[in-house]
Amino acid sequence: MDVKEIIKPENQVYGKTELLTDNVMHYCPGCTHGVVHKLMAELIDEMGLQEKAIGVAPVGCAVFAYNYIDIDWQEAAHGRAPAVATGIVRINPEKFVFTYQGDGDLASIGAAEIIHACNRGENILVVFINNGIYGMTGGQMAPTTIERMVTSTTPCGRDTELNGYPLKMTDLVAQLPGTSYVTRQSAQSAPAVRKCKRALKKGIKNVLDKKGTSFVEVVSTCNSGWKMTPVKANEWMEENMFPFYPLGDMKDSEKDKPVSNN
Amino acid sequence: MAKVKGAVVVDIEACKGCELCVETCPEDVLSLHKEVNSKGYHYAFMENPDVCTGCANCGVVCPDTCITVYRVKV
Ligand SMILES: Cc1ncc(C[n+]2csc(CCOP(=O)(O)OP(=O)(O)O)c2C)c(N)n1
Ligand code: SF4
Ligand code: SF4
Repeated sequence: MDVKEIIKPENQVYGKTELLTDNVMHYCPGCTHGVVHKLMAELIDEMGLQEKAIGVAPVGCAVFAYNYIDIDWQEAAHGRAPAVATGIVRINPEKFVFTYQGDGDLASIGAAEIIHACNRGENILVVFINNGIYGMTGGQMAPTTIERMVTSTTPCGRDTELNGYPLKMTDLVAQLPGTSYVTRQSAQSAPAVRKCKRALKKGIKNVLDKKGTSFVEVVSTCNSGWKMTPVKANEWMEENMFPFYPLGDMKDSEKDKPVSNN
Repeated sequence: MAKVKGAVVVDIEACKGCELCVETCPEDVLSLHKEVNSKGYHYAFMENPDVCTGCANCGVVCPDTCITVYRVKV
């Protein structure tokens, strides 16, 4: 069968959602941000939330998310997205509000805001892109940098004696009574991306059902910051990040209900 | 014989040659072209179009959403 006979609109099984704009993303080739942007755009489209969704993007590579996903956005100062999202959702409880934060942003300068937003159980979804470094500024060590990981500020690898221990934010927020759904996902392969999409969908649903804060970490690569090819970065992540950041649901409950281990 | 046949179209100008689709394709359909696009990236293309099943794995992993996938029953 000729390719031309297959390539017809009625045979299309996968394509770009209309919620993604035609702007070429500024992200480096192979960057996980692109995949997660796509998932959020697809879900907002499929769930009919374009008019309802407000994204809050703080400082980090994803600060330009408003260029790519055609919904309402609000910028926030570094780390402050959960505080800004709190204000937005309290004034507009009928909206679907989410933050989209890097690990430098969420785990370091924004540690207070995320902990308290989760502890208050604000009705927001937090999308947490954990690539283990400060991507936008040149690959410096972040709180999430794993032990012995080489970064531009730990050229000999993270030394816990000197630099302290890597911080598992997702494990921390799972302990808080305000969170309902807390999970750690990844997006390096087709099955992982599909699973990640289901997790984000569940997070969105929980927010719409006003169950409290949903928190979806995506263990990610920053191949330019890590100084690897995208394919190599995925392998490195599977080998080195996944043992420290195991994937899976950490909490699936309702606000103020005890943590379930199922 | 396969019960489905697939084909993909790559948005050549949007492709950044990251190779994630090439790596993920279970049928080894895709490769990076020796030619480059206007930004200098070697773009993905169907080197072995005959074996594509239209599984869409390539499209799903593409960070720049450059791939449209088509599938027919045969
Ligand atoms: C108050 C403030 N401090 C520092 C910066 C500089 N800065 C810009 S991006 C960034 C790091 C963001 O890293 P991360 O949140 O991990 O996101 P990524 O770029 O890796 O996606 C920093 C420190 C800033 N813009 N504002
Ligand atoms: S649709 Fe599946 S078989 Fe076809 S090129 Fe993409 S990954 Fe390969
Ligand atoms: S995954 Fe997308 S950007 Fe990367 S090489 Fe394939 S088509 Fe190009």
